[in-house]
Amino acid sequence: MTTVDTVRADAPAPRAARAWRTLRSSRAAVVGLAIVAVHVVIALLAPLLTSYDPIAGNASQALLGPGGAHWAGTDQYGRDVLARVLYGGRYALGVSVAATVVSVALGTVIGCATALRGGWFDDVTGRVLDAVLAIPAVLALLVVVTALGTGPAVIVLAVAVVFVPQVVRVVRGAALAVVPADYVTAARARGEGTWSILRREILPNIVDVVCVEFAMRASWVVLLISSLSFLGFGADPPTPDWGLMVAENRTAITVVPMASVAPIIALATLVIGLNLAADGLSKAWGVDRITEGF
Amino acid sequence: MLSFVARRTVAALGTLLLSSLLVFLAVQALPGDVATQVLGRDATPQAVAELRGSLGLDRPAFERYGDWMWGALHGDFGTSLVSGTAVGGDVAQYLGNSALIALITILFAVTGSLLLGILAGLYRDRWPDHLISTVSLVGMSVPEFVVATVLVLCFSVALPWFPAVVLYGPDATVGQLLPAVWLPALALAVVMAAYIVRMARTSVIDVMASEYVTTARLKGLSTWRVVTRHALPSALLPVLHVIALNVAWLLGGVAVVENVFNYPGIGKLMLSSVQNRDLPVVQAIALISAVVYVVCNLAADLGAMALNPRLRTRGRTR
Repeated sequence: MTTVDTVRADAPAPRAARAWRTLRSSRAAVVGLAIVAVHVVIALLAPLLTSYDPIAGNASQALLGPGGAHWAGTDQYGRDVLARVLYGGRYALGVSVAATVVSVALGTVIGCATALRGGWFDDVTGRVLDAVLAIPAVLALLVVVTALGTGPAVIVLAVAVVFVPQVVRVVRGAALAVVPADYVTAARARGEGTWSILRREILPNIVDVVCVEFAMRASWVVLLISSLSFLGFGADPPTPDWGLMVAENRTAITVVPMASVAPIIALATLVIGLNLAADGLSKAWGVDRITEGF
Repeated sequence: MLSFVARRTVAALGTLLLSSLLVFLAVQALPGDVATQVLGRDATPQAVAELRGSLGLDRPAFERYGDWMWGALHGDFGTSLVSGTAVGGDVAQYLGNSALIALITILFAVTGSLLLGILAGLYRDRWPDHLISTVSLVGMSVPEFVVATVLVLCFSVALPWFPAVVLYGPDATVGQLLPAVWLPALALAVVMAAYIVRMARTSVIDVMASEYVTTARLKGLSTWRVVTRHALPSALLPVLHVIALNVAWLLGGVAVVENVFNYPGIGKLMLSSVQNRDLPVVQAIALISAVVYVVCNLAADLGAMALNPRLRTRGRTR
């Protein structure tokens, strides 16, 4: 057992280095990750980048066009649009990252487990997940949010309900290719438990699929959560959030177009960054993402 | 082959039954009993108990599920808690309006995206491919409400060609709705097309690199003939599934877009019934969506099988 452990311990280092090298060779992945990184930095440093409060309004300064004091103008309550856009990334990124992590983690565990166990467990899980997939994502989200109220934790849960089945499909497909391998059979023969085989034999071999899946799902989650906010079921009104901003300022689009356009640009660049990263990663690591469907 | 079709159909029916159960359970989990919902918070416990009795809510959930399914199979989805009319008729009316959008969207999105995808695949890594790939990446990176808002800004505000909102109710005629259909359909088509374009491009590139296409080329066939007779039939096979999934996705997609344009379709009904806790309507919409999803997938499976003999034999061994 100890010899196996030592071999395994130094194995990940060259693997990671190689993955990093191929990653750097893909321009799309580098550009995409850079865009996402810029968004993260802006969200974290928002209080330093603007002196305006994103929530407090100043009625005498309402509906101003872009100008010296307010670079992107103000909205109908006199709130600085730029400040709201800068702070808006916090909600979008925070909730989206949490939701994606939960969905991909749960999906990976269930996907690997179904591939490994097979038999009736695989069949039953497959059936149930198919049945969940048959219900439109937006409706499922709305029902969960209505049942449990709006709040970041509920939205994370609702997104997980929608996306776990899709992650399971992809991960199960990838894991099925690994399960027949000799070292898995050997681990089984050694009497290792499901969890241990899953963690030590299967996961390291599908880590690239899971990473691409993460980037891909993250872009969808951002879109879905912003749509939910736009419909009025996501972020609660004073919160600065891009989807909510578009919903609030849409009616005044002829007066202050910047108040709608600025959050749209922020949202679109974040998702483009995530999509570029997903594309670049899948190409660099040879994960055939697109033919797996979604 | 017949057994394969039969097995797929039975599996689809099983999925459908299971989703109906999930929908029923999920809606049951919504807080607030239907009776308290209808009567309001100030209702006396006695009145609530009476209404529960008349609505049949005091019976076990299993029995109610059976009743609901039995009614749904006969087209009876119960009565709406808000309007008091039959849910089936209401939903059918809204669904008809949405079908108008869906039809135009699918027509635009499928033809347009297949053309663009094939073009990008044939001109791989040259400027048409770069242009189409970039545009489709942007298309899949913006949510539907953003596309819809931008379209309103361009074609209702800047150029007043189309109405920005629909002023008619669910009982509007096709003639009244027709001018308002184009912008929502375009918004949905942009998002939907982005995925199909990418799939079609990859698929065309794969097939064009295959040996039988090289053989056809070496035989001296013209590029046009190679593409239309040899490459496309197999290149379109995997695209079929993506199209089916996207058609099913439309049902969710319309929810957002219809609310932007105030279009009286199923998406608007979905949102307002969730807001009003009109549970019979929510259940009916969820069930109908599940049917559409399952039917689309089944159609894609069977269509793929009809086009590809290899899938038929693979199905037998499974």
